[in-house]
Amino acid sequence: MTTQRPFQVSGKAWLIKDKTGNWIDNIDTDMIFHNQHLHITEVPKMGPHAFGNLEGWEDFPERCGQGDILIVGKNFGAGSSRQQAVDCFRALGVSVIIAESFGAIYKRNAINSGMPILEAPGLTEWLKETEIAKAEAHFETGELTLDGTTHQIKPMSDIQGKIYAAGDLFAYGRQMA
Amino acid sequence: MGQTIVEKIISSKSDKPVMAGETALMTIDVRSARDFGGANVVKHLEREYDVDQIDNLENTFFTFDCVVPANNIGYANNQHIIRMFARDKGLKVYDVDAGIGSHVLIEEGHAVPGKTVVGTDSHLNIMGAVGALGQGMGDTDIAFTFKTGKTWFEVPETIRLNLKGSLRAPASAKDLTLAVVKHFGANGALGKVVEVYGDLVDSLELHERITLASMGTEMGAIAVIIPPNKKVLDYCGERSEQPIQPVYADQDASYCQIIDLDLGQIQPMLSLPGNPENVTTVEDVQGRPIDSVFIGSCTNGRFEDFQMVAEIIGDRKVKSHVMAKIVPATKEVFSQLLSSGLFQKLHDAGFIISNQGCGGCAAGQIGMTGKNEVQLSTSNRNFTGKQGHGKTYLTSPATAAISAVTGVITNPAGGQS
Repeated sequence: MTTQRPFQVSGKAWLIKDKTGNWIDNIDTDMIFHNQHLHITEVPKMGPHAFGNLEGWEDFPERCGQGDILIVGKNFGAGSSRQQAVDCFRALGVSVIIAESFGAIYKRNAINSGMPILEAPGLTEWLKETEIAKAEAHFETGELTLDGTTHQIKPMSDIQGKIYAAGDLFAYGRQMA
Repeated sequence: MGQTIVEKIISSKSDKPVMAGETALMTIDVRSARDFGGANVVKHLEREYDVDQIDNLENTFFTFDCVVPANNIGYANNQHIIRMFARDKGLKVYDVDAGIGSHVLIEEGHAVPGKTVVGTDSHLNIMGAVGALGQGMGDTDIAFTFKTGKTWFEVPETIRLNLKGSLRAPASAKDLTLAVVKHFGANGALGKVVEVYGDLVDSLELHERITLASMGTEMGAIAVIIPPNKKVLDYCGERSEQPIQPVYADQDASYCQIIDLDLGQIQPMLSLPGNPENVTTVEDVQGRPIDSVFIGSCTNGRFEDFQMVAEIIGDRKVKSHVMAKIVPATKEVFSQLLSSGLFQKLHDAGFIISNQGCGGCAAGQIGMTGKNEVQLSTSNRNFTGKQGHGKTYLTSPATAAISAVTGVITNPAGGQS
C-alpha cells in the first residue's frame, strides 16, 4: 500500500437490528454470506451477497453506500471461517464495523484482510432504544461519536493497527521480513 | 506463575514464554486448507509470494471434505485449482475420498497432543480432543502460515470447567455436550479456551472427546481442550512418527473463571431449530413429527456413533416417510462400518448411506432441507438457512436413530412418546 490509510472515519450508520428494533446477536457467517456462494473467490463479486440470508436485511447491498458504517451486536460473525463474510463488506466499501463483540475467527479474518473493526463493549445498551444517523470512529484513540455523543471504546490493538496500516497481513509480513 | 494448557502450547511455539493477553508470533506445526477456502489460499499464495518456497511441505496439507466429490462446477473448479497447485509444489492432498479433514489429521497422526494445527475449518479446534491447539482460520491467515510457518496469535484467557454428572446410555457425549452449550450459550466462552476436568471427562473415549471439543465453536470458544488420558496418548502414539509430548496445565495456572457444573443424571438433549444454544431436553418436545434425519459430521461421524445407531434401532426399520441419511466421517470409519457388517444392518433398516465427508453439514452434499421440512441432525450447527429452508434440530445419534424409526421426535431413554 502506498497511500496512507485513514485512522478516522465518519459515515452513515447502519444499526443491524430486527423488525421489532432489537439487536440481532450471534449473526453467523451463513447469515452474512451463505454457503451457496462459497465458490466465489473475487472480492468485488462478494458484495451483492452480503446479509443475503439475514432476515430483513437481504437488500442491504443495494442500500449500503461507500464509506457507510456497520453497527452490530454481540458475537458478530459467529460460525464458519469463511473470509467472504468479511470481504463482502470490503467489497461494499463499508469503512468500519463496530460490534459489542466479534466471533473469534471473524475478528482475525477482518484484522488480517485490513478491514477496520472495533469492539465497543456497552454499545448495545447505549443504542438499545435509540436510532442514530451518523457515526464517527477514531481507530487509535477508540473515540466513537454517535450523533454527537462521544463514547470511549476499544481502540485497534497494536498488531491490528500495524496490519491495517500496512494494508493486510501479507504486506505486514513483508515489512517484518 | 503457572500456565494454562494454551499458554504452555503457545509458549512452546514462540521465542519467549507468553501469558493470556499477550500477542505471540507462533509456529504452526500442521497447516491445512479445505476445498472450501483452499482455492483462495492458492490464489493468495500465487499473488503474494514466490510460491516455490512453501514452508515445511511435509506438514502442509489440503483436505477435501465439504463437497465431495464436487456436485457443482464452482467446487469442482476450486478443487482442481488446488490439485494442480499441490501436484506442482509437492503438497499432499487428502482428496475427495479421504473424509473430514480434521478427523483425517487425527487419524493420520499429524494432529497430536501439544501441537498447533490450523485449517480453513471453523471446527478445527476439535483438536482439543487430543490436547492439541487447533484453530480454524480464514484463507488469508492460512496462506500466510503456508508460506511463513507462523502466525500472530493473541493468547486467550482460559476458563476451567469442572464437570460433574453421570452419563448412562442411551444418553451420550452429545447430550453432555449440548448441556454444556446450554450452560455457556452462543457467546458465553467468547474468545476463551475452556479446559475441562472431572471424572466424567477423564473417562470419555476419543470419539466422545471429539464430540465435546467439536462444539466449542458454538459457545464462541477459541477451543475446548481436554487433557489427554492414557488411551488418547496411546492412540496418537501408535499413529504418529514422533514421540508424543502431552501438555498439561500447571497446578498454579491462572484462570479467568472457574466453573463447577454438575449436570446430574444427563438426559437426552437437543437444540431447537435456529441456534445451537437453544437447548432443551428431548422429553420436552417429543412427539413432534419429523421428515428427515442426518447422522454424521465432525461432531458425530465416528464408528462408535453408528454402532450406537444400530444398537438403538435393533431390528426395527426407518419409518417409510422418513429420509434417513448416514455419512461416515472418514474413509477409515467407512471401512470399519463395512467390515463390521454394520452397513448391511443399517442399509436393511432403510438408511441411505453416503460416502465419507462433511455431508449434510456443509454445502448439502447429501441434500438440503426444503421449506417446512423437519430434520434431526447430529451435526453442530442449525442456524436458520444453513442446511436449507427446513427446520433443523441438533440431537445425538441415538435420538436421531430412534426418531427415524418412529417418525416423531423420540426420547431414546424411553418415557412417553
